[in-house]
Amino acid sequence: MTDLLKLSGVHTHIGRYHILQGIDLAAPQGQVTMLLGRNGAGKTTTLRTIMGLWPASSGEITLGGERIESRATPDIAQRGVSYVPESMAVFSDLTVKENLVLAARDGPMDDKQLEWIFGFFPALRRFWLSRAGSLSGGQKQMLSIARAIIEPRKLLLIDEPTKGLAPAIVMALIECLKEIKRKGATILLVEQNFFAARELGDNVLVMDNGTIVHRGEMAALASDVPLQERLLGLSLEAHQ
Amino acid sequence: MTELAATDPLPKPKRDIAPILLPIALALVTIPLIGSPSTWLTLTAASLAMGMMIFIMASGLTLVFGLMDVLNFGHGAFIAVGAYIATLVFAPFAASVQADSLWVNLAVLAPAALLSMAVSGALGLVVERVLILPVYGQHLKQILMTTGGLIVAEQTLYALWGPQIIPMPLPTSLRGSFILGDVAIAKYRVLATLIGLAVFIAIQLVLNRTKLGLLIRAGVENREMVEALGYRIRRLFLGVFMTGSALAGLGGVMWALYREQVHASMSDELTVLIFVVVIIGGLGSIGGCFIGAILVALVANYGGFLVPKLALVSNILLMVAILMWRPRGLYAVTSR
Repeated sequence: MTDLLKLSGVHTHIGRYHILQGIDLAAPQGQVTMLLGRNGAGKTTTLRTIMGLWPASSGEITLGGERIESRATPDIAQRGVSYVPESMAVFSDLTVKENLVLAARDGPMDDKQLEWIFGFFPALRRFWLSRAGSLSGGQKQMLSIARAIIEPRKLLLIDEPTKGLAPAIVMALIECLKEIKRKGATILLVEQNFFAARELGDNVLVMDNGTIVHRGEMAALASDVPLQERLLGLSLEAHQ
Repeated sequence: MTELAATDPLPKPKRDIAPILLPIALALVTIPLIGSPSTWLTLTAASLAMGMMIFIMASGLTLVFGLMDVLNFGHGAFIAVGAYIATLVFAPFAASVQADSLWVNLAVLAPAALLSMAVSGALGLVVERVLILPVYGQHLKQILMTTGGLIVAEQTLYALWGPQIIPMPLPTSLRGSFILGDVAIAKYRVLATLIGLAVFIAIQLVLNRTKLGLLIRAGVENREMVEALGYRIRRLFLGVFMTGSALAGLGGVMWALYREQVHASMSDELTVLIFVVVIIGGLGSIGGCFIGAILVALVANYGGFLVPKLALVSNILLMVAILMWRPRGLYAVTSR
């Protein structure tokens, strides 16, 4: 399996803080790579650094073999990378439709793709012409995910999509992400929900203090409670 | 917030009409205070014209504020430059300006306005590249740079045109008034109101019916996410800055014709009004800017008539009152 995304010795500073301290990671093509770790470990910074929102101070980031660490965010997005931030960042003054029109960068929205998205998130059809700011938290998350997949993308960077959501919405999100994976997309997913992590993850990376402290298969970590407690400070079962 | 079940009715979007009702309520409340209906109508028409001119000048600034987070204290330079450029067209065609034909007058006025917009827009390009670009995200430096730019622009105008006030007479066909019973409404004020409305409608159409408009609205709210979707927002910034500068130039021409004179520091009296409009409207909100401009003009005209001693502070009092009611302006758009 080739690696679509590779980070080698990546350091990121935010102001005077040294957040990422030499990250080495790989996201294999067509697989879901989970990024786990305590709060403040550097997971969100890793995604933002890949996206170019916080530039890497040093190190190398390659996407499909091409170096992107010094590229601007729009360039990285145009190379097929979608980003779903933890804050969701839907445009609250725009309608659901307008949010998706903007996300469909390459032209008019594809009706088949839209129907496929509506299959997972029927609320988006119902609130099609409503302002995104009036949606509930779960609906905003659906919109945020829909925005990332309205057009086919090579790589999805998703930051804690299930945070604070009702179980029914979490299930819909998991099914949607599984389907996206089946379609061949590569996903780097930050997640705290063990159930979601176990259901979706092929590989896992655990971060602590700005470095990767563990890498392996998700199934192996899911079945090794002592390892979970050593790496994360608690068992994943206790964190679902 | 709880999720709605599939069978729940769609919630109706709430329309915030309170700010729209505010100028209407203000106008109605002043009818008995002013007493004479004809005076009230004259003051109201004057306010609408003044409000539309302020709106044209402020609309670009509010988008620049909202989209680019730039405090441009030099916006007045575009107003003055626009007015001076119009004099370059008016001077050689003075006979056409004084001709008693609307079409002949417009044949001078329209090119003058277009040239002013073009030059102000081009100046906007230079200012954004030279003064603003190095200080994005640094408010204090933006204030220093743009204030310095305004001083340089004013002094350059003094050097080129001299310190004297340059008369800019209204074209003959725009002089005089429409008489409706006891009420006289100046023709130029009607034209200014129509131009202001046309600009407002055009901006609204662009913002609401085009992808470019969606990008601007989205950029005002969250620039970073627009970039993460793959759009180069820097180019959008530049386009909005140039458009805002061009509109300020148009506003400068209209204000000069309103005052029938041009001078290098003509924007000084307008800058405070423009910032009051942008702040009470809500940073980045064109709708708020439009209502704010009308409110400011109504308060200035009604206040000047009813309590002349309060005229100088009336708009500051208005801003304080609005911000106590809605601390982020009439229509809050950005989180800044």
